[in-house]
Amino acid sequence: MNQAVTQKDGLPDPLTTPLDQLDVADPRRFEHDTWQPLFERLRRESPVHYQSYGPGGPGAEGDFFSITRYEDIVEVEKNWEAFSSEPSIAILDPEPDMSVQMFISTDPPLHDDQRRAVQGVVAPRNLQEFEVLIRQRTQETLDGLPMGETFNWVDRVSIDLTTKMLATLFDFPQEQRQLLTHWSDTATSDARITAGRGLSIDERRVIMIEMLEFFTKLWHQHKADDRESFDLIRMLQRDPKTANMVDDPLSYMGNLMLLIVGGNDTTRNSMTGGVLHLHNNPAEFAKLKANAGLIPSMVSEIIRYQTPLPHMRRTATRDVELNGTLIPKGSRVVLWYVSGNRDSDVIPNADQFIIDRPNVRNHLSFGMGIHRCMGNRLAEMQLRIVWEEILQRFDRIEVMGPPVRTCNSFVRGYHELPVRLHPLT
Amino acid sequence: MPVITFIEFDGTEHQVDGESGMTVMETAMKHNIPGIDADCGGSAVCGTCHCFVEAGGDLPAVEPQEESMLGLRPDRESNSRLSCQLQISDQMNDMTIRLPEFQM
Repeated sequence: MNQAVTQKDGLPDPLTTPLDQLDVADPRRFEHDTWQPLFERLRRESPVHYQSYGPGGPGAEGDFFSITRYEDIVEVEKNWEAFSSEPSIAILDPEPDMSVQMFISTDPPLHDDQRRAVQGVVAPRNLQEFEVLIRQRTQETLDGLPMGETFNWVDRVSIDLTTKMLATLFDFPQEQRQLLTHWSDTATSDARITAGRGLSIDERRVIMIEMLEFFTKLWHQHKADDRESFDLIRMLQRDPKTANMVDDPLSYMGNLMLLIVGGNDTTRNSMTGGVLHLHNNPAEFAKLKANAGLIPSMVSEIIRYQTPLPHMRRTATRDVELNGTLIPKGSRVVLWYVSGNRDSDVIPNADQFIIDRPNVRNHLSFGMGIHRCMGNRLAEMQLRIVWEEILQRFDRIEVMGPPVRTCNSFVRGYHELPVRLHPLT
Repeated sequence: MPVITFIEFDGTEHQVDGESGMTVMETAMKHNIPGIDADCGGSAVCGTCHCFVEAGGDLPAVEPQEESMLGLRPDRESNSRLSCQLQISDQMNDMTIRLPEFQM
């Protein structure tokens, strides 16, 4: 009997199947949370690993290299001239007519200009202004939760809070904020990376145009109402280098998508992941209960352990050798942060969730180098506030059943996490 | 051994002995000086050990990698450096390092 197809995810055994028959980007390993053994094997046997076909298996377009060790990922991130972020930071090239331009997929100098224009929004000085508002909204959301009954944490807390925050960042009408979630989900639901469960090109195009129209209107409204506000749109309008971005719809839409996805999926799934990881590691939760001062360190550990964005892609601009393997010019190079974050050569006991580990901030979830996450401080602040407020209200959050995970190799997250709250005694 | 004086954004001063072979970032971490995060551990790829060198000379030139990270800082000044790129040696003069309002 062939053992190779008895895996829980229905995929070939990651340890005994020849490597060239394994699709590293198969989203089902993330859906079933069975991705670890394959990446451990790659780190050991083939840390710079070439796959001759794209996501979807043999015959699929989009061959790529997988980089899985921590140190190699940092090397690639450093060398942005040899490993360009153009034309795409997703494994697959942009779809025809969907080649929107976002600064995450550009190189300097354009990248630096556009990034600097919005960076101030999430600079810690501006964050202090936002902190009161975020705490207020967090308290409202948590106070509205049912005690002692099972509900979906993802909908009631993670999505609710991150969407309110995004609306605040854009000065977007709060009563229509669910549109932001809808657009964010659309942006990452490419059927080509979700085992066919996402949306087609045409479906996505219609929704993206709807988003562009809404935001174009919002741009002009903000322009007309030129008050002192540190929202992202007014920041773009104030900077001479991006003041006319609305006239370049592909660039405007691309950067909106970047900021919406960047501020949404990541924080949302870390908010859910934290609840799950603490439930699964009761000794760590006990440490937290005994010392709330561990919250900032725990937040970094949650972000590492969750790695809400499992990978980013670069493209080789010339032949370049990495860790003894030649990567030819034009190759797609996929940096598996999710694997580097479990590389025990750099992070001791990397598969364990330890909220007070030494050097807890040294993880790859935000990326490294010039494309390093711009909103990292905002994300950390949001998570810190959520946990501060949780500890003041609940004795614990009990997970009542297995989570429903996203079937996606670009977003490692959750659709559902059934939980029950226990009141403080 | 040079003496390194760290000045936090709020003016608090810390004087510590610099050890030959260590970087200014490592020195700050060792003595728990607030204001340096060093998220990448010293590879000049995160920018979270940014500092301003107020005094103390003979520093190594800014390499391209450090430059690319400094270039993203909204609060960059002419004396901005990543402290992980400042290696201490016995021949060095005493240094004064001012820390920024925030790391990002």
